[in-house]
Amino acid sequence: MPLSKQDIDHIARLARLEVAPQEKGDYAEKLSQIIELVEQLGAIDTTGVVPMAHPLDMVQRLRPDSVTETDQRDYLQQNARDTENALYIVPKVIE
Amino acid sequence: MSWEVVIGLEIHAQLATKSKIFSGASTAFGAQPNAQACLVDLGYPGVLPVLNEQAVAMAVKFGVAVGAEITRRSVFARKNYFYPDLPKGYQISQFELPIVGNGQLTIKLEDGTEKVVGITRAHLEEDAGKSLHDIFSDRTGIDLNRAGTPLLEIVSEPDMRSAAEAVTYMRKIHQIVRYLGVCDGSMQEGSFRCDANVSVRPMGQEELGTRTELKNINSFRFVERAINFEIQRQIDLIEDGGTVTQETRLYDPDKDETRSMRSKEEANDYRYFPDPDLLPVVIDDDFIAAIKAELPELPAAKTIRFAESFGLKSAQIETLVGDVDMAAYFEQVVGEGADPRLAANYVLGDLTAALNKDSLEIAVSKISAVDMAGLIKRVMDNTISGKIAKEVFEAMWSGEGSADAVIESRGLKQITDTGAIEAAVDQAIADNPQQVAEFKGGKEKVLGFFVGKVMQLTQGKANPGQVNKLLRDKLSA
Amino acid sequence: MSTLLPDFAEMARALRAGKVSSRELTGDCLARIKRHDSSLNSFISVYPEQALAAADAADKAIASGSAGPLTGIPMAHKDIFCAEGTRTTVGSKMLDNFVSPYDSRVVSGLAAAGMVSVGKTNMDEFAMGSSNETSYFGPVKNPWDLQRSPGGSSGGSAAAVAAGLVPAATGTDTGGSIRQPAALTGLTGLKPTYGRVSRYGMVAFASSLDQAGTLTRSAADAALMLGAMAGFDERDSTCANVPVPDYSATLNDSLQGKTIGVPKEFFDDGLEAGCAQAVQDAIAEYQKLGATVKEVSLPNLAMSVPVYYIVAPAECSSNLSRFDGVRFGYRTESTGDLADMYTRTRSEAFGAEVKRRIMTGAYVLSAGYYDAYYLQAQKVRQLISDDLSRCFAEVDLIIGPTTPTPAFKLGEKMGDPVQMYLNDMYTIAANLAGLPAISVPCGTSQNLPVGLQLIGTQFAEGLLLNCAHQYQQATDWHLRTPEISGGVA
Repeated sequence: MPLSKQDIDHIARLARLEVAPQEKGDYAEKLSQIIELVEQLGAIDTTGVVPMAHPLDMVQRLRPDSVTETDQRDYLQQNARDTENALYIVPKVIE
Repeated sequence: MSWEVVIGLEIHAQLATKSKIFSGASTAFGAQPNAQACLVDLGYPGVLPVLNEQAVAMAVKFGVAVGAEITRRSVFARKNYFYPDLPKGYQISQFELPIVGNGQLTIKLEDGTEKVVGITRAHLEEDAGKSLHDIFSDRTGIDLNRAGTPLLEIVSEPDMRSAAEAVTYMRKIHQIVRYLGVCDGSMQEGSFRCDANVSVRPMGQEELGTRTELKNINSFRFVERAINFEIQRQIDLIEDGGTVTQETRLYDPDKDETRSMRSKEEANDYRYFPDPDLLPVVIDDDFIAAIKAELPELPAAKTIRFAESFGLKSAQIETLVGDVDMAAYFEQVVGEGADPRLAANYVLGDLTAALNKDSLEIAVSKISAVDMAGLIKRVMDNTISGKIAKEVFEAMWSGEGSADAVIESRGLKQITDTGAIEAAVDQAIADNPQQVAEFKGGKEKVLGFFVGKVMQLTQGKANPGQVNKLLRDKLSA
Repeated sequence: MSTLLPDFAEMARALRAGKVSSRELTGDCLARIKRHDSSLNSFISVYPEQALAAADAADKAIASGSAGPLTGIPMAHKDIFCAEGTRTTVGSKMLDNFVSPYDSRVVSGLAAAGMVSVGKTNMDEFAMGSSNETSYFGPVKNPWDLQRSPGGSSGGSAAAVAAGLVPAATGTDTGGSIRQPAALTGLTGLKPTYGRVSRYGMVAFASSLDQAGTLTRSAADAALMLGAMAGFDERDSTCANVPVPDYSATLNDSLQGKTIGVPKEFFDDGLEAGCAQAVQDAIAEYQKLGATVKEVSLPNLAMSVPVYYIVAPAECSSNLSRFDGVRFGYRTESTGDLADMYTRTRSEAFGAEVKRRIMTGAYVLSAGYYDAYYLQAQKVRQLISDDLSRCFAEVDLIIGPTTPTPAFKLGEKMGDPVQMYLNDMYTIAANLAGLPAISVPCGTSQNLPVGLQLIGTQFAEGLLLNCAHQYQQATDWHLRTPEISGGVA
């Protein structure tokens, strides 16, 4: 199923990406090719097959409940573009 | 038209683990901003989640307590959405296979009848951080200390038919998680939170009405008010010819109203899928058996035991059992040798009043259970009267020490020496001939007047039983 | 004259004998990088001071007798591995200025073994690509022909080792990103079993497929390096708690009695004739070495590319959501509301291929499409894994080509993502099933190297390395080097 420019707008919005108007056609075309490629799977009979979510046939290991981390805030905030009063700063959010 | 209200609750209980659900950072409340946000909590490139054993144990404990199915192989999934207090752009949660499946809870309604509320599921997930909108005028600050704190989200069936029922159910869940010790239950600190799904439909209609989700309700009182406001808003809207929009609404306790949340305007498409960084959580019989073995006594069993062992009134039992810490305090007082009925009276009376006055939890009471028992024992052995006991209690509350210390230092020991009491009785009779005449004339009530006089003369320390007897004997002579 | 020697064992002997110091080896690498990398573009960052300091420490360890087999040997890391205090870009503008506050398990493991990291190699942006052309830092050139791609996404690591700039490098393989560049540059590329090497500190592309591995000249070198990288790590829930054997100890085991399966689907019309011939010759060589060859079938193999292009984008779309400009990485200069900040940050800093994959992933997971795409892909993934299990009931390992063609020209496939994706048609199945696989040079076509792929069962790295080593003892394809390397093996 080919993707329309509206589809591109919708999924770009979901992914917080912006596609310039002049690029939309190209994205629609290439994503349509990819979707066409993956749609071949529809032809495979998978009745009764359990989906393989993970290649490792193991179970989740559990960690003991102990505090092992120390305060590294000042070090870690060096990577942030905008901090103040020890907080990470973003544009005003209106709930 | 008459309307039926349909309410379902999603309760978020922060699990009382020491460290976070997927990292070794502390969950302690009240730290400096971002001081407890480690690489994993911040979603740094390359770091990975490892599951906290206690979080799993606590979730199973809750499931066992409400008789729910425990999912033997549960799966973590990613819930994808962008928000600044959600560092990874997805929340690790559970979707198709939650750790706790179907269960149920019986609640007691105001009219005394019982109602069974279905628990759809309870799943483990990580809490988000906090967005602080009020610190800066034009920007929002993000504190990620809370990010990664383990949450158990307990989802009910839409079984409740009034705000009062919803609150009763919520209190019951609160009571259970506190009994189990899996959540501290503090609504003020946000460790016990509630979202309510509310809809209305014409009475008798099968089909559910469009629901709204109320967020940010952080007290039992507000739950009731928010739901009631929302019910009325929906009914007014429909009766005026409008329709309810499915949306998330925020309760504003200052204005006592709900309003649409702008940040949630966009219909969410969370794109859940199994988290490939985590493997299936497998819970075997041994794990469940171990949890069952260490399960504490729950409210229902405690209610029966208190009734059988202590001979208290059912209203008293209900209040004592209602709060796990109060029940424990009471039992400790009794364990120290206090009479159960006196213990109940003191705990529910003077102690509760003092705690309320100082806004204190019983766990941090200024009078320990041992000291409380000490006070009651002095009443039991007639060292002090009930009236003096009030004074002793006040003194103990203000830090003057144990009951014995207060009685000693204030000289409050009850007078049981018959000679001393007799002297006071004689004096009271001698001082008040008019009242003596009245008594003899058949006015029994005057006896109280004499008791008061004797007490005045003995600074309240005379044993009231002895005073009564002596007065009667002498006045009737 | 270069001080670099053909393999780790010889370097270790020379170091111990005092014929060369780690400082000299490291200095030689740094000099070669300086001389050649302007034409290859295989490095994103080079750390001369840190490298020489580490080399000095290695020399001390050697002098004191506490050195291991890897001590003092220079190497480079793909720029996807976090290394504390240094820039880790993942080939993206998004992390151009990101300084990692911590070490990945791979970096700390190899450092603990005494290897000396000289820098970080170029790669496709976020490891998404098969040609190294999606890097924000520009394409890498194939040392065999500068007009051609070295493959990707570990193209910088492959080019650097093939050109003799470093004796070895780390890589990551999500759909063939170690094996394909190894094949296109004449190297030995090992992708271990999923869970063999901790993913801690490796920037995630597709979490259920990503696995760290090695790009080396020989299987013997890979055996030593894997020993230092592999093993249990409590910080990665998907890291297996399986003992790490001595991979070097089994290199010389005989191949007598081993059965090798040749899937007929590997030799379809898409396989270039020269590649097919080289692979057939290699299979014949294995028969000479005593192995029995048997035809097997992987009926769902053709579906591995479609499965991959659902699973990998789905996981990456979620993994890359953390890049929002708030806590680390690029942030837009433009001012606007929160939604603008997110959208502009991500749109300005991610390249076209990354955006396509994120959008593909968002699409296949979105409401109404999940079952048809993602769930169906995971079911077919199970079928492909079952096909492989059925083969391994009959054979010890599977053999075939690594890539359908030798190195292609830069720019040749950039306009057509699907053509680019089909490059990985032989390598993806091992990732989907989590199996170990290795590519070894087995000949040439059009004067370009051709890779032979061996796939084993879970945790059969020892057998893979043994088979690769035996082949390398009998042939010299792995010793052939491009001209630019100046004959340095």
